[in-house]
Amino acid sequence: MSSHYEAPIREPLVLGEKSYHDITVDIAKPIEGKANKNWYIAFTISLIAFLWGIGCISYTIGTGIGVWGLNKNIGWAWDITNFVWWVGIGHAGTLISAVLLLFRQRWRMAINRSAEAMTIFAVFQAGLFPLIHMGRPWNGYWVLPIPNQFGSLWVNFNSPLLWDVFAISTYLSVSLVFWWTGLLPDFAMLRDRAVKPFQKKIYALLSFGWSGRAKDWQRFEEVSLVLAGLATPLVLSVHTIVSMDFATSINPGWHSTIFPPYFVAGAIFSGFAMVQTLLGIMRKVTNLENYITRLHIEYMNMVIMLTGGIVAVAYASEFFIAWYTGSPYENFTYMSVGAATGAYGWAFWSLILFNIAIPQFLWIRKLRRSFIASFLISIAINIGMWFERFDIIAIVLSKGHLPSTWSRFEPTFVDIGIFIGTIGFFGVLFLLYARTFPVIAQAEVKTILKMSGENYKKLRDGNHE
Amino acid sequence: MSNKVIHALYNDDDILMDAVKKVKAAHHHIDEVFTPFPVHGLDKAMGLAPTRLAITSFFYGLTGLGFAIWMTNYMMIQDWPQDIGGKPNFSWFLNMPAFVPILFELTVFFAAHFMVITFYMRSRLWPFKAAENPDVRTTDDHFLMEISIHNNEEELTSLLNETGAVEINVIEKN
Repeated sequence: MSSHYEAPIREPLVLGEKSYHDITVDIAKPIEGKANKNWYIAFTISLIAFLWGIGCISYTIGTGIGVWGLNKNIGWAWDITNFVWWVGIGHAGTLISAVLLLFRQRWRMAINRSAEAMTIFAVFQAGLFPLIHMGRPWNGYWVLPIPNQFGSLWVNFNSPLLWDVFAISTYLSVSLVFWWTGLLPDFAMLRDRAVKPFQKKIYALLSFGWSGRAKDWQRFEEVSLVLAGLATPLVLSVHTIVSMDFATSINPGWHSTIFPPYFVAGAIFSGFAMVQTLLGIMRKVTNLENYITRLHIEYMNMVIMLTGGIVAVAYASEFFIAWYTGSPYENFTYMSVGAATGAYGWAFWSLILFNIAIPQFLWIRKLRRSFIASFLISIAINIGMWFERFDIIAIVLSKGHLPSTWSRFEPTFVDIGIFIGTIGFFGVLFLLYARTFPVIAQAEVKTILKMSGENYKKLRDGNHE
Repeated sequence: MSNKVIHALYNDDDILMDAVKKVKAAHHHIDEVFTPFPVHGLDKAMGLAPTRLAITSFFYGLTGLGFAIWMTNYMMIQDWPQDIGGKPNFSWFLNMPAFVPILFELTVFFAAHFMVITFYMRSRLWPFKAAENPDVRTTDDHFLMEISIHNNEEELTSLLNETGAVEINVIEKN
C-alpha cells in the first residue's frame, strides 16, 4: 500500500466507503436512470431560450445587422462582448484538464470532464457571434486561406482578427480531441454495462472499441500528458490573441500592453466561476456529492481569488494610467474617472461591484467552503465579467476624439435575444451531456481512490498510529 | 498446437501488480493485461517498451511549423504581396513577427491532431471498431491477465492461483 501514500493532512477527494465498482455504479447512474422533473424543467427553459435565439439570429441574417443597436460609432457591442465572454468561460476547462494535469493536481479528476464539456460548448457559442456579425454568414469561409475566385486574394495574416480564426479553431478542435480521448475508457465502461441493445450499440460506437490493454493505457497516458503540454500554451495564446483584437488597435483604452495577461487572467476567473455555477447544480442533480466535494469547491475558489486578484490589479493600473497620462482622451476609457462618473457609470460600478467587491468574500474560509455562497459569488462573477467586456467595448467606443462622435449604445430586443439564445443553446448542450455522457472521468478517479478515498485514508492513517 | 489461453481475473490493482511480477519471475510470457484504469508501473512490470508517441508529436509539430512558414510566405510575400499598415511585404523574415501567432497555432494544431490520429491508428481505435476485452468486468473493477498455454496448463493454473486470482478460465482462442 505504500505506493498509494498520501499525507494524512490532506482531505480525502472521494468521500464515503467507495470501491472501484461503486464508482462505476455512481457515475453510470445518471445515464442509466430516468431524468427527473427538474431536468425536464431546465431543459424546456433552455430549449425555449435557444429557439428564441434562433429566431433572433434568423431575423438578423434576413434583415441585416441594422436590427442591432449598433450605430456609426459603436460598431461592436454585445456581439463582441458575448464572443469574448464565452471564449473566456471556455478557458477554465482547458486550465483544469491541462494545466492541473501538468501540476499533478488530483482534484482535477472529478471536475475535468464537465469543465472540458463546458469549454467546448462555450466555444461553440463564441464562434457564433463573429459568424453572425459578418452579416452574410454564408461567406464565412472567406476567413479560410483557400484558393478562391478572386484571383487568389488571400486572407491577411497580419490581422489579429485572422489570428483569432486560427486560434479559436485550433483551440476548439484540440479541446475536442483531448476530451474525446479521455472519454473513450468511460464510454467503454458504459458499453460493457449496457443492457439495452440500442444503448450498447451507441456506446460501442462512441468508445471506438476501447479495450483497456496495458499498451493502450501506456499510450493513453503519454498522449494525455503531451496534449496537456500543448494545450497549456494554446489556452494562454487564445485569449492573448483575443485581447490583441483590441490591443493592436489605436483606440485609447484598447491600445494597452497589459491586455494579454490581464485578459487571460480574466478568462480563467470567469471560466472557474462558470464551472462553480454548473457543478454546484450538477453535483446535486446527479447525486455526485461524494466526488465533487467541499474541497473541490474550495480549491476552485482559490483559483478564482488568485485570478480575480490579478484582474483587480490590472483594473487599478489601467485606472491609474488613465489619470496619470493627463490626456483628456484617456479620461474616457473604460477605467477612468470619466467612465465612473459618465453616462455609463452604472456599467462601471457594476463591474467594480461584481468583479472586485463581491469575490472578496472568498477570503472567509467558511464562505469559500460553502456551496451556496460559492454558487452566488460565481453568478456575480459571471455578470461582472460580462460587464468587463461590455465596458471595454462600449464605453471606449462611446467617446470618440470629437464630440460629434459621442454616442450611446442601446441594445435592441434582437441583441438581447441572441445573447439569451446562446445561453439557452449552452444549457441544452450541457443538459444533454449530463444525461448521456459520463460526467466524471471515472477511470481517472479510480486511480486516486486508494490515495485519496476516505475509507482508504482512514484505514492507512489508522495503521500508522 | 492448440491456441489455448488462460485468463486470470483479479479484483485489485496491487494484487495484479504482484501477480505480474511473479509470473514474469517464473519466466512466462504475459500476452496481455486488460485493466479498467491505468495501473502505474504495469507497463514496466510487463516489460513493455516505452511508447514513442511523444516523439512523433514533436516531428508533427515541426511539420506544422514548416507548413505555416511555407503558407504565410507563399500567400503574403510571393503570390499577392499587399501593403498592410506599412508592414514589409517583400521579405518573409521582416514580416515574420506578425506571423508568430499563426506559426504557433499551426504547430500546435499539427502536433496535437496527428499525434492523436497516430495513437488511434496504433491502438486500433476508431468508430465501429469492436471491443476486444474478453470480459466486460475489465472496464469496471476487474483486471484480466492473458497467458498462452504451451502444454503447461496445470502449472500455470496453480501459479496464478497462488498470486491471488479470483477467477481462472481456460479458453480456446482462434
